[in-house]
Amino acid sequence: MTVPPKLFVLIVDDEPQIRRLLTITLEANGYRVLSALTGREGLILAAQHRPDLVILDIGLPDLSGQEVLRQLREWSQTPVIVLSVLDDEKGKVAALDAGADDYVTKPFNSDELLARLRAALRHSAKDKVDEPVFHAGDLVVDLVNRNVTRKGQVIKLTVTEYALLRLFIQHAGKVLTHRHILQTVWGANHEEHTHYLRVYMTRLREKLEADPANPKLIITESGIGYRLTV
Amino acid sequence: MTEERPNPDALLAAIQSEAAREKRGQLKVFLGMCPGVGKTYAMLEAARGLQREGLDVVIGIVETHGRAETQALLDGLVIVPRKEVEYHGVTLSEMDLDGILARRPQLVLVDEFAHTNVSGSRHPKRWQDVNELLDAGIDVFTTLNIQHIESRAEAVRQITGVTVHETVPDTMTADAELELVDLPPDELRARLIAGKVYLPDRAVTAQDRFFRPGNLVTLRELALRFAAEHVGHTVLAYHQAHGVTEPWKSGHRLMVAISSSPTSAALVRWTRRLVGELHATWVAVYVETPGSLPPEDQTRLAKHLALARELGAEIVSTTDDDVVRGLLRIAREQNVTQIVVGKPAGWRSLDLLRGGSMLNRLIRDSGQIDIHAVRADGDKVFIHQSSRVLPLKVDWQAYVWVAGVVAGVTGFNAVLNRFAGVYALALTYLLAVVTLALFTGRGPVYFAATFSALLWNYFFLPPRFTFYITSVQDGMMFGMYFVVAIVLGQLTARVRAQQMAERLREQRATALYLLTRQLAESPDLAQLLAVVIRQVGEAFHAHVALSLPEESGSATPTPYFASTWLLPDKEQAVAVWAFQHRRPAGRDTDTLASSEGLHLPLVAGERVTGVLSLLFHDSSTLPPAQRDLLDAFVRQIALVLDRQRLRDEEHEAKLVAESERFGKTLLNSVSHELRTPLAAICTVAGGLRATGPLNPAQESLAGELTEAAGRLNRLVQNLLDLSRLDAGHLRPNFDWHDLHDLLDDARKTLGHALDGHLLKINLPPHLPPVKLDGTLTEQIFVNLLGNAAMHTPPGTTIEVRVAPGSGQIVLEVADNGPGLPPGDAARLFNRFQRGPNAAAGGTGIGLSLVKGFAEAQGGTATAANRPGGGAVFTVKLPSAAMPPVPEEKE
Repeated sequence: MTVPPKLFVLIVDDEPQIRRLLTITLEANGYRVLSALTGREGLILAAQHRPDLVILDIGLPDLSGQEVLRQLREWSQTPVIVLSVLDDEKGKVAALDAGADDYVTKPFNSDELLARLRAALRHSAKDKVDEPVFHAGDLVVDLVNRNVTRKGQVIKLTVTEYALLRLFIQHAGKVLTHRHILQTVWGANHEEHTHYLRVYMTRLREKLEADPANPKLIITESGIGYRLTV
Repeated sequence: MTEERPNPDALLAAIQSEAAREKRGQLKVFLGMCPGVGKTYAMLEAARGLQREGLDVVIGIVETHGRAETQALLDGLVIVPRKEVEYHGVTLSEMDLDGILARRPQLVLVDEFAHTNVSGSRHPKRWQDVNELLDAGIDVFTTLNIQHIESRAEAVRQITGVTVHETVPDTMTADAELELVDLPPDELRARLIAGKVYLPDRAVTAQDRFFRPGNLVTLRELALRFAAEHVGHTVLAYHQAHGVTEPWKSGHRLMVAISSSPTSAALVRWTRRLVGELHATWVAVYVETPGSLPPEDQTRLAKHLALARELGAEIVSTTDDDVVRGLLRIAREQNVTQIVVGKPAGWRSLDLLRGGSMLNRLIRDSGQIDIHAVRADGDKVFIHQSSRVLPLKVDWQAYVWVAGVVAGVTGFNAVLNRFAGVYALALTYLLAVVTLALFTGRGPVYFAATFSALLWNYFFLPPRFTFYITSVQDGMMFGMYFVVAIVLGQLTARVRAQQMAERLREQRATALYLLTRQLAESPDLAQLLAVVIRQVGEAFHAHVALSLPEESGSATPTPYFASTWLLPDKEQAVAVWAFQHRRPAGRDTDTLASSEGLHLPLVAGERVTGVLSLLFHDSSTLPPAQRDLLDAFVRQIALVLDRQRLRDEEHEAKLVAESERFGKTLLNSVSHELRTPLAAICTVAGGLRATGPLNPAQESLAGELTEAAGRLNRLVQNLLDLSRLDAGHLRPNFDWHDLHDLLDDARKTLGHALDGHLLKINLPPHLPPVKLDGTLTEQIFVNLLGNAAMHTPPGTTIEVRVAPGSGQIVLEVADNGPGLPPGDAARLFNRFQRGPNAAAGGTGIGLSLVKGFAEAQGGTATAANRPGGGAVFTVKLPSAAMPPVPEEKE
C-alpha cells in the first residue's frame, strides 16, 4: 500500500539493531525513514525535516522520553509513537500524558507496529474534520443530536456515560490514559479516582458491547487506559 | 481558683495514665480495717463470679488459714503451684511469679498485698510482684488491711501502738479499684471470740491491744476515710480526663526535708498525707553537708529517700554547708510553696553562732514559702541531728598536729616575749589559729583556740605559770582573745567548708562535662563505649559492664566485650530484667537487692538502649549526691547511645537505598540487554510477512519464530520478576482494577499456550472493581493458567473462579487433571519444584512467582486437591471496600 508522496517517519532509538530492523520494515512498507541515535539529535532532525510521524524510544541515554516529547510538543503536533519495555507502565503513562499518541511494547511484532502507525497517521489527518456521526459495527452515535443506537435500538446513556463515549469517539484508535479520561470527564479533582472509571466502563460496556465480558469496541490497555478500536 | 479550661499538664497526665492503664492490667484491692473482716472470702466470691462469665481466672496465692468456708470457694479455681524457696535450711513456699507470667491468665488472685517475700526472691515485697503482673497486662485481685498502707501506717501505730513493718506505697493503690470489706467492730469481736479469725503467731501477743473496741472503731474510721478519699481521687482523675470544669489543682508544691534522722520517715508519711489532701506535687530534699556520715546513717538515709520515692516524691539532693540555705535554694529552684520540716526538740548552743536555730532561720528567710514544723514522733529524738554538727569521724591526727603547732608557737612566743609585751603574743597565737583554720576542720580549730588561750594565760599572762589572772585588763584581754579566736576560727573554717562544698559540686560538674565532651568527641560506637566504661569506672570507682541489645528491638541485651566487669550469669539475668522492665535493679534497689552489682537501664525517650552495670570497689551504699551524679551519667549515656543508634540507622538506610538503586539500575540494564535481541527476533518474524507473501513452509517457520520469541520473552520476564522479588524491589502499585480486564490480558499474554484446553471463567455478575496491583495479579493469572495448561492433558477444562469476601478477594484456578503430586502441597510453591508429570518446557518458577506476587500484595497462595479430582490453586488477596461512586440518572 504505497501512498504517492511517501510518508516520512523519524526513528529515535539508541539500539542500532532496532533502528536497522525498523528502517527495513518501514521502507518495505513504503515509508521514507530517517533515524537518530539520541534525543537531542532526534529533536534537531525533527525540526529540520518535519517528519509525518516520530517513533521514539523512551529509554534514551541522553534525554528522557518525556523530555523529548515536551520539547517536541512545544512547536509540533506530529504524532508520536513511543517504544517501551513491558513492565514500565509508569513510563508509558507519563509519555502518553506528555503528549505521545500511542505506545508499542518491546518486543513488538511489525504487524502491530504498522497498524498503530497507520492509526496514528489517520487520526492526525482526521483531527481537522470532525464527523458528526460515528459508526462502529452496528453502533451509531450521532454526536450532533446526542443520539446513540445499536441495531436501530436507542440506547439510553447517563450524562457521564455519554461524555465518556464522546471522548473515546473524539480520540478513536488512540489510547487514552486513566488520568486523561478522569480529568476530562470528572474534572481535575478526581484524577486518582480510578474506581469511578472502572465502574462506568463496566456499565458502558454492558450497554454498548455485544458481549460485555469480551469487549471489542473499547478495549482495556492494562495499567495504561482504554482505547476505542476502529 | 477555678479555671475555664483543663490544666494541660493535668490533662496530659490523665491521658498518659489512661493510656498506660490500657496496656497495664487493672488492680482491684479488697480493703479491710484489720484481719478477719472477710477480705479473702469477698475476693474469692468476686473471682468466681467473673470465672462464670468466662474469664480465665487463676489463684496466684491465697491463704485460707484452714477455714472451711473459704476453702470451699477454692473449688473449681485453677491454682498456680507455689514455688519452694530454700532459706537458711528451711523450705518456704512463695508465689510463683514466673509461673503466673508464663500461664498468662486474664485475672490472678494474690492474697495479702503487703506480704514480704523470702530473702532471695526477685522482689523483696509482694506488691512489687503484683506490679510486674500488672505490667504484663494481667488483672490482679488482692487483699489489704488499712494498717499496711504506707501513708496510714504511722496513724495506725499511734492508735494501736503496733509498729507496722509491711507497708504498700500509696502509688500502688492510687490507680486501683477499691472495694471496702466492712464489718461492724462488734461482729468482728464475736468472730474473734468464736476463733474464726486467723492471727499470725507474732500478732497473738498483740491481739488484745490491737482488737480493743476503741481501736477497732478508729481503724474502721481510717479505712472508711481512706476509701472515701480514694473515691475523691478517682472522681478528680475522671474530671481531668474528660475536661469537666471543676476547681482545679491548688497549684501547691510541697517540699519535705529529709535527713538520716529516724524521724524523717514519719515526716515523709505526714507530707504524703498532706499532698494527698491538697492534690499537690512534692519533692523530698536531702542537703548533704561536708563531713561523711557513718554507714548506718547512710543506710537509713537511703531508706528514707527510697520511701519518699515510693510514695511518689521527686528526689533532689544537693550539697551545701548550710542546711537552711541549701533547702531554700532548692525550694526556689523547684517553685515550692510549702516546706515541711521536723520540729526541733530543745535549744542548741551553736545555734547562736549560726544566727539562730535552723527553724527560726528557715522561717525568717523563706519569704513567700509556708513552713510546716511537724512534731516528729519517735523514741530517739534528734540525737542524730546534734551529732551531725561535728564531723563524726574524729581526726585525731589533726588534733595532734594542731597541738604541735600551738606548742611551737608557744616556744616562739617565749623567745618573742623578751622583745614584746604579752598582748602582742596573743596576736601571734591568733595568727596561728586563723592559719590552722585554713587547713583543718572546725573541731581542731576550737581546740586550737582554747588550747592557745590556756597556754597564753599559763605561760605569759602574769602571774606566769599559773592559770590565775590578777588584773581586770588581763581578764578582759583573755576573754576577748578567747571569743575572737573562736569566732575567727569558726568563720575561717566555714569559708573553707563552703569552698570544699563548692569544689565538690564543681568536681561533679567537671566529671559530667568530661564525660559529655569525650562522648561528643568519639567518632564511632566502639570509641564511645570505651569512653563510657572508662569514665564511669573512674568516676564511681567501680568495675563497669555495658550490655547492649545485639540488634534494635531485641529483648535481651548481651554484655559488651570491652566491659571491665565480666558479668556472671546471675548478674546478667538481673541486667536483662532491668533492660526489660526499664527499672534499676540490683543492690540499693527494690529488685533483686541481693545481687552484687547495680544495674541501670539506659532509657532515652521511649527506648532502652542498654544496661549499665556497676560493681563498686567498696561495699557501702552510694551517697545520694554520687547517686545523683550516676543518674545524670546514665541519662547522658542513654542519650548519646540513642543518637548513635539513630545515626547508624540513617547510615544503614542510606546504604540500603544505594544498593536498591544499584540493583534497579542493574536489572533495568539486564532487562534492556535481554529484550533488545528479542525485539529484533519478533520484528524479523513479522517483517518476513511484511516484505511479501510467503509460501506455507515459510509462513509456518515465521509462526514458530514468533511463538519461540514469545516463550523466551515470558521466561525473561519471569526471571526478571524473580530477581526483583529476591532483591525486595517489588513495590505493589495498588489501584482499582476490573478483574475481567486482567484475565483478558493474562489470556493474551499466554497466547497459544492455552490452546487445546477449555477455559471456563466464572466471575460473579456485577463484580465491582478491586483494589490490587494489576500487573502482579495479571502475572498470577498467567502463571496459574500456564501451570494448569502444562500439567493437565489437552481437552480438559480449566476453571477460573473469583469470590469477593469481606476484606479479601479469593481467586481460584481449578483443573480436571491428575491432581497434586503426593506430599506437602506447600512445597509446590518452592522455587524450581517441578511436578512429576509436567510437560517439557517449564522451569519450575511459575508457582513460586505466584506466591511471591500474592505475598507482595499482602495475600497468600495455597494449593489443594479437588474433591472430584484435579487440583485447585487459591490466591487470597486483601481488598478494601470500594469508596462510593457518584450516581446519576439516565
